[in-house]
Amino acid sequence: MKLIEVSNCYKVYKNGTTAVADLNVTIDKGEFVFVIGSTGSGKSTFIKMLYREEKPTKGIVNVGGINVAKLRNSKVYKLRRKIGVVFQDFKLLPKLTVYENVAFALESLGMEARQIRPKVLKAIENVGLKEKTRNFPSQLSGGEQQRVAIARAIVNNPKLLICDEPTGNLDPDTSKEIMKILERISEELGTTVIMATHDRDIVNRMKKRVLIIENGVLVGDYLKGSYKGHESIKNSN
Amino acid sequence: MRALRILIRSIRDAFKSVGRNFSLSMAAIACSTITLILVAVAIILSYNVKEITGKLEKELTIVAYIKEDASEEDIEKLKHTLDGISTIESYTLKGKEEWKAEMKNESDTLDSILDYLDNNPLLNSLIITVREVTDLNPTTERIRKIDSISSAEYGEGMVENIVGIFDIISKGTIVIVIALILVTAFLISNTIKLTIYSRKSEIEIMRLVGASNTAIRLPFIFEGFILGILGSIIPVLVTIYGYILLYDQLGGHVFTNMITLVTPFNFVFFVSLILLAIGSIVGMFGSYRAVRKHLKI
Repeated sequence: MKLIEVSNCYKVYKNGTTAVADLNVTIDKGEFVFVIGSTGSGKSTFIKMLYREEKPTKGIVNVGGINVAKLRNSKVYKLRRKIGVVFQDFKLLPKLTVYENVAFALESLGMEARQIRPKVLKAIENVGLKEKTRNFPSQLSGGEQQRVAIARAIVNNPKLLICDEPTGNLDPDTSKEIMKILERISEELGTTVIMATHDRDIVNRMKKRVLIIENGVLVGDYLKGSYKGHESIKNSN
Repeated sequence: MRALRILIRSIRDAFKSVGRNFSLSMAAIACSTITLILVAVAIILSYNVKEITGKLEKELTIVAYIKEDASEEDIEKLKHTLDGISTIESYTLKGKEEWKAEMKNESDTLDSILDYLDNNPLLNSLIITVREVTDLNPTTERIRKIDSISSAEYGEGMVENIVGIFDIISKGTIVIVIALILVTAFLISNTIKLTIYSRKSEIEIMRLVGASNTAIRLPFIFEGFILGILGSIIPVLVTIYGYILLYDQLGGHVFTNMITLVTPFNFVFFVSLILLAIGSIVGMFGSYRAVRKHLKI
């Protein structure tokens, strides 16, 4: 079943730069997809359109039954509640503990306190940080901080998990750990994962579906396991 | 229930933010305190001027003296003519004996002079009130032209000047009040902008996890409300105690007994309510604008 459907999608910025041109792609529920491409290729714009940080100039971007192109600013929250987003720079609140950082997401949705607690604890357990719920982000390593960010992204059981270069700031071993967690979330919870990355090793090793975007155009769509490495990735690393 | 929880959370966050950005909040509160005190002074001034003008206007009368040789018939005709002048609100006949009695009462000298005279030298007269201050002059002119009238007088020149000045003061204070309200809104709006800046990442995360725009905005609007209310506490106290003290010191009137001040109760509470309303509404409005600009929501 399709979760994401992008057709004839264009994104032209106000300064005239075409970031994405005539993009057509569909992603099914439960898929794990890498989006790769060199810096400035348009992969970030593509990812941002999925959670409506950017609005397509033309075409359809349908995520979980919501057409992002026609989504008004005031209704963006309806889309965001179905999506979890993880960034390269974690985006944690430094004054809140691990528990509070994850609970913050549910609190700002107006969820009841007694519903919040079990959900937060489960999400933290899922990323293996059960022992550190009371720690502050500054007391955690980079990998641990990213795990908190993942816990926050999955705490509301989203259908889709978008990761924008989540391992960009991490060393190879920690990156592996994070990827294991993402893979497990995809398999155990059935969450669709879309991940933009520069990391050639991860893409080569994990044998998932790979989308390659160059100059705003989708130049390759390798189904699960068929990807054997790509020039642009090699160049960018 | 969800809405209630968001509301409670917003109020809690608003108080937290006021405390967390203590120095900024104090600056905004101090600025709105000063401007609201000025607003209070302007409102009190404006109301008193209005009250005084109203009283003066009511007391403005034309005195028209009837010729000595006017017969009863002439007076009846005169009354008929006055009934036909639309600018006249009312008139009363004041006979010469009445004048005499009044004058005798006023001073012993006049009393003895009037007693010395065989005939009453005074004239019968009409005390006429007009609808508007501006009617005074034209109405007096018309009355003067009536045959049986010997002369007609009012406090020419001075009255119009006083009323004119009071009118300018009254309008001027309204302009000042509006300007001060705008200044307060601007100050609170700027403070909220700065607190928004310090909570930027929080807002970004709230947006990412799908908090609605209202849920994001509410804490800031409450924060503006709190700042506005806190900023109006001192002005309210100054208004209540200051005005009562002023009223007592002056004995309720300025210069002459004719210019009386508005009595303090319930006037001070009325002004206090206006100040609280201005503080809170302007605070909320200021922060609403600041949030809208900064969040692009």
